[in-house]
Amino acid sequence: MASTAVVVEDDKRNVWGGGVEPMKASYGKLMMWFFLLSDAFTFSALLITYGLIRFKNPAYEGSVEDFTFSQEWWPIPEKVFEAFPGSHALGIESAPLVFVGIMTFILILSSVTMVLGVEAGHRMDKKAVEKWMLWTILGGITFLGCQAWEWSHFIHGTEGGGRLLDGSIFHGANLSTNQYGPPNFAALFFFITGFHGFHVFSGVVLNFLIFYQTTVGILERRGHYEMVEKVGLYWHFVDLVWVFVFTFFYLV
Amino acid sequence: MEQETPEIQVQPADKAKIWGIWKVMLILAAVTTVEFIIALAIPLSVMPQPVKVYVYIALTIVKAFYIVGEFMHLSHERKSLIWSILLPTLFIVFMLFIFLFQGAKIYEVLMG
Repeated sequence: MASTAVVVEDDKRNVWGGGVEPMKASYGKLMMWFFLLSDAFTFSALLITYGLIRFKNPAYEGSVEDFTFSQEWWPIPEKVFEAFPGSHALGIESAPLVFVGIMTFILILSSVTMVLGVEAGHRMDKKAVEKWMLWTILGGITFLGCQAWEWSHFIHGTEGGGRLLDGSIFHGANLSTNQYGPPNFAALFFFITGFHGFHVFSGVVLNFLIFYQTTVGILERRGHYEMVEKVGLYWHFVDLVWVFVFTFFYLV
Repeated sequence: MEQETPEIQVQPADKAKIWGIWKVMLILAAVTTVEFIIALAIPLSVMPQPVKVYVYIALTIVKAFYIVGEFMHLSHERKSLIWSILLPTLFIVFMLFIFLFQGAKIYEVLMG
């Protein structure tokens, strides 16, 4: 009996035997999905850390209109992010979350152009893939530019600055000192939006590589545009993370 | 040796499919606009902050559903793939409750 070879004719086993796609998705796409799942854990850890540190600090109690920056309580985000390029010159005192809103719409739009690129790839329409990839790259670069401005404004601070615990006035923020509230608020801002911005940057690089491969005809000769789908998954994930960052960092 | 491959044919775009993509975009933009209105136009006396937070979370999940389901096409994949991605995210929910609870406890200890 021991030497009897058992041949399993069961379909359920053979489906995992290689050469077939049990989940009807290629190896590359599956691995992208699982990479994104692990990335989702990383971002969740960062955002949940934000929640933990926020809850361990006193919240501001009082009316939103009277809010001032203080080391004693956690700042209200809409009071921190209330400028956009040129708002000072135009004499606009407060434009809460306007700039972040524009950034959000830019990222959503670039997600749409990515889907349109993937759709064009399915139809083997090289010209359309080129066009939509280019729009997507442009959206990504615009977003990065906006974020650079936002960081610069956050680091340089407001005219009035904020009072530190030792009584001195400090303008802006860095990893250890922060005019807007407890130092951890600035540290978390840099870590969370920075890590997301780095993902956007990588996404732009990947998108550019695929755009290049499309233009020189590599993907057309390969016979399919699946690479566009794979970088598309990554790009949508970056958009997805921003949706959560927007809610949990800027709105809540 | 650049050769034209004669078998490659560009298929015409399906108008309904393209419109479907833009429709998802409009939903995402509309939900974001609603979030803005709640954040900036509705005073806290009408809608207290905890209520706002729950509404934000619900709207965020709506947006996540459309991005993952339609843009990333997960709704149209095999059941096994959908569940292998969705089930592990339960750990995130678990982690969320544990750490927020912990944060509130640390506050109690620090501030009395």
